[in-house]
Amino acid sequence: MGVVIEQELGTVHGDEMILNIGPQHPSTHGVLRLKVHTDGEIVTKITPYIGYLHRCFEKHCENLTYEQATPYTDRCDYIGSMNNNFGYAVAVEQLMETKVPEKVEYMRVIVAEMNRIASHLLALGTFGLDVGAFTPFLYCFRDRERILDLFEMLCGARLLYNYIWIGGVSHDFPVGWVEKTYEFLDYFEPKINEYNDLLTYNKIFIERSADVGVIPVDVAISYGVTGPNLRGSGVRWDLRKDDPYGIYDRFEFDIPIGTGAMGSVGDCWDRYYVRVRELEECIKIIRQALDALPRDGDVHAALPKKIRPKAGHVYSRTESPRGDLGYYIASDGSDTPTRIKMRSPAFTALSCLNEISRGWMISDVIAILGSLDIVLGEIDR
Amino acid sequence: MVDYFLGTFSGITWLAASPNLSFVLAVTLAGLPIFLFMALNALIAVYAERKISAFMQDRLGPMGQGVGLHAGKWGVLQTAADAVKLITKEDIIPATADKKLFIIAPFILFTASFTAFAAFPFNEYLVAADFNIGLFYILAMGSVGVIGIILAGYSSNNKWSLYGAMRSAAQIVSYEIPAGLSVLSVVMLSGSLAFREIVAAQTGTTLAILPNWFILDNPFTFIAFWIFFVAGVAEVNRTPFDLPEAESELVAGWMTEYSGMRWSFFFLAEYANMFIVAGLASLLFLGGWLSPIPGYLEGNLWGIFWFISKVSFLIFVMMWFRWTFPRLRTDQLMRLCWKFFLPASFVTIIGVGFWDLFVR
Amino acid sequence: MDLAGIIEIVNAKFGEGFGSIDEEVSTDTVRLTPEKWGQLAPFLRETPELFFDAMMCITGIDEGVESENLAVNYNLHSMKHNHKLEIYVSMPKSDPKVPSVEQIWRVADWFEREVYDMFGIEFEGHRDLRRILLPSDWDGFPLRKDYEFPETWHGIVINKMKEGWE
Repeated sequence: MGVVIEQELGTVHGDEMILNIGPQHPSTHGVLRLKVHTDGEIVTKITPYIGYLHRCFEKHCENLTYEQATPYTDRCDYIGSMNNNFGYAVAVEQLMETKVPEKVEYMRVIVAEMNRIASHLLALGTFGLDVGAFTPFLYCFRDRERILDLFEMLCGARLLYNYIWIGGVSHDFPVGWVEKTYEFLDYFEPKINEYNDLLTYNKIFIERSADVGVIPVDVAISYGVTGPNLRGSGVRWDLRKDDPYGIYDRFEFDIPIGTGAMGSVGDCWDRYYVRVRELEECIKIIRQALDALPRDGDVHAALPKKIRPKAGHVYSRTESPRGDLGYYIASDGSDTPTRIKMRSPAFTALSCLNEISRGWMISDVIAILGSLDIVLGEIDR
Repeated sequence: MVDYFLGTFSGITWLAASPNLSFVLAVTLAGLPIFLFMALNALIAVYAERKISAFMQDRLGPMGQGVGLHAGKWGVLQTAADAVKLITKEDIIPATADKKLFIIAPFILFTASFTAFAAFPFNEYLVAADFNIGLFYILAMGSVGVIGIILAGYSSNNKWSLYGAMRSAAQIVSYEIPAGLSVLSVVMLSGSLAFREIVAAQTGTTLAILPNWFILDNPFTFIAFWIFFVAGVAEVNRTPFDLPEAESELVAGWMTEYSGMRWSFFFLAEYANMFIVAGLASLLFLGGWLSPIPGYLEGNLWGIFWFISKVSFLIFVMMWFRWTFPRLRTDQLMRLCWKFFLPASFVTIIGVGFWDLFVR
Repeated sequence: MDLAGIIEIVNAKFGEGFGSIDEEVSTDTVRLTPEKWGQLAPFLRETPELFFDAMMCITGIDEGVESENLAVNYNLHSMKHNHKLEIYVSMPKSDPKVPSVEQIWRVADWFEREVYDMFGIEFEGHRDLRRILLPSDWDGFPLRKDYEFPETWHGIVINKMKEGWE
């Protein structure tokens, strides 16, 4: 049941209340401030205020060399660090017109997809938490812990990896890592059924999320919504298939899209379900990559001595767990970039919040925000 | 118990001389174990909730390494530590809050739960105040608590608290109706509002081996039990109906501005309300202090044991609900009550009436 | 459609040499002046053969301390035809104004606010141009090359070089 009310703003509107979902709030996914104008419980307008986590990433990069800027990209989307590094490395390698060895390509795909699983698990768990289901959150984190343990074994860090470097990766897979990853995949695959039993097909959860916060396709494309949010609205668009980078064109996987199975196409349930289905696709990709991984090879073979791209600029984009992650890098021939701009997918996803939550209630706004899966580190940089 | 004390006092000459003093003394002495039981119930229920939620969420909950070391073995001293912390916390009243109402709100809520406890029979003979309209009294006192919640939310001078209080008031007042109506079927079957007679009507067996509890009496009372239980969960503001204190939306809803001892009153009242709802359900539908195997294991102490275990089981089910289900939105909650539970409870009343007339 | 085809369609409507391509800098960026960008933007969206419905990124650029120009770089993409276009609009630092396209591509609302916040470029016709990442009372435009870090903000000393730690 949708509660979309046509409000005639400008005529007399009864007592409008301005509510502040402040920077400190249990479910704003970071430091985000939402100024909500409500008429009773129905929302009439939302103004997001961001910038609480702005750490001047772009200004810093103008004083760093290219390889020094890699750890800084980690910290923007701290949930999907591998993918940030990946996008940056792809952009700079495009600017320098270099190629990386086969083994490095496979390794990058494996870690990027594992990071995608970890990021989606967090998104699913916190969405359940926003809607009131406390237990799936802990189950998702239990499985995410195992991925973080694998990453710790790989490069020593649990969250901010600095792993994918320009021209290669920082460490080779340690002895036993591949076997442990196979074990993890075998353990994890049946867990997706557990999440489905507990949350996805739960009647109360469906009532809270189906038909809520529908993003129509034209609104989505106009607002720059990408990634699982756009796929939830029924658009079969995935950069790994439609604009491939690295070796993604060698893998067989599907692109799940939202079909309005429980409500309308593009509602919160669709976006949530696209993420659940993407977990399965990630497992497929990782298995194929592990099977085809070349065992020998030096991962540092193509690391350039000095990273000095010739003058020019590039805009390249990769598929991060949140959508299209774009890097615009301008170089003037020296070893520090003149301009790095990071186009973050969560930034554009948040900009459409006002449009899609008008006419819904405050509880629904929290649910919609949860389904958009934003990370403030990436929005504010 | 009050009658018992009054009876003994009439033997003591100097007390019998002043009836007012003996009455006050009798009531105080009867109320003290009730208060202690309420506190004990909250203590155990909090610990149980933390452990049950932890095990359901694949973690361990409060743990300790041994008696006397921080939280005690298996964390049993954790609740005691929490109680000490709450008592010693600074008492903060927001500067712009309405002071008198702010202070009075927890007391109203607590008093409502406490007075409802007074009519609970644990046993055929163990009851603080033996009313012959016990059921009606408990339902009435339970609804006084709403005032406390509204005052708490309003006096905090905080939009979030106001939202929580308004939601809570609407929710509790609405769910009173199906709860009260579904209980009417039991009243019809037993012909009385007094607990002693309601439970007495559930003695014996039906179908030779099953206990003659009202829940098994006919399909309509079975439905009435579930309506009453779910409406009761809504009355206590527990998930899936915990929108008024929804953590992820309203910080802590109507309790946001309360801390320390004042907050612990609300907490105590919440667990007391849970006990009341579970207690009512077990008295009315599950046979109260009667044994599940009719004829065996009966007696005064066994009665207390059966009553407490039935109530504990229902409280466990409430906690189970909390950690499994997401929460319902306000309008969905209201729709459930008015469009679904209310007609269903009317159906149970009519159904029980017909069953009693024609089938029996 | 490749860049040559796109330019052909654009030139057919607006005349030859509408946009210039500076081969030395980049072979696939079209350089325009702000007024021409204002004319071209709706055309890119509405023409069925082009149909650029997604604005991928809007980047503000400071061309350097010696050059007197600021610039805005637009990356456009068409979901339907799967082709891209990059447009580079430069303007003098003394008078940085560009027509806003936030009514055509709604994502430009926040992108342009960010460019304004960091560079001070004014987007004419933007309905709500205010700072987005920095506090609303911040002075100056940080990503410009000649930006000087302020010594204090609201009384808090923020310049580490200053020996003013009390």
